[in-house]
Amino acid sequence: MANLVYLTTEPIDLTALLAHVQSPSRGGVACFIGAVRDYASGRTVTRLDYSAYGPMAETECARIVAEAESRWSCGVALKHRIGTLAVGDTAVAITAAAAHRDEAFAACRYVIEEVKRRVPIWKREVFADGSVEWVGSAAAGQQGSAAVAPSS
Amino acid sequence: MFASYAEALGFDQVDLSLDHPSTVADAVNRLRALPGGEKLPSRPLCALNLSQAAPEDPLSPGDELALLPPLSGG
Repeated sequence: MANLVYLTTEPIDLTALLAHVQSPSRGGVACFIGAVRDYASGRTVTRLDYSAYGPMAETECARIVAEAESRWSCGVALKHRIGTLAVGDTAVAITAAAAHRDEAFAACRYVIEEVKRRVPIWKREVFADGSVEWVGSAAAGQQGSAAVAPSS
Repeated sequence: MFASYAEALGFDQVDLSLDHPSTVADAVNRLRALPGGEKLPSRPLCALNLSQAAPEDPLSPGDELALLPPLSGG
């Protein structure tokens, strides 16, 4: 995938994401990290395989970041890792910096919730017994709550 | 085709020859008729040329239609 801004196949550099949003006028800096957990549905997870519809994911991430920056007058940085991740690895990281903490926390929360709801990324859980399962696939026969924002 | 849908069909890209005019729903039905396609829902979340699409949206030659399984990023 070319021109990756929000997606990466490399480990996420949190320091770089913080540096991207910090400035002398921004006194509140919030950070969210989504890490690979070692269990799901009561079973032991050994790794997660992430894949994405790259061009659309990039576009949607850019929209979400722009929405948050505009709504809370803040700076936002976002990275989502794709590929095979081990337990404890950072899958997604968000930093938000604003004049005060309320805006920073709100922007950070908004971005992670919208990423999960709107960005075409999928993860497959690999369990200790060798079985694999696409997350969310149990609902594959339904019109899920997933929604992509209309073009603006 | 992505994730569980690509796994069900055994490929992640395919060129479809459809009658003109055709819709997103026509393309989905064609895919669902292929081996493994029965695992796809009748109305999957779809994107046409990178924007969310409705089943009745018309297709043109060269369009890129993506069938998106339930999203699970984060």
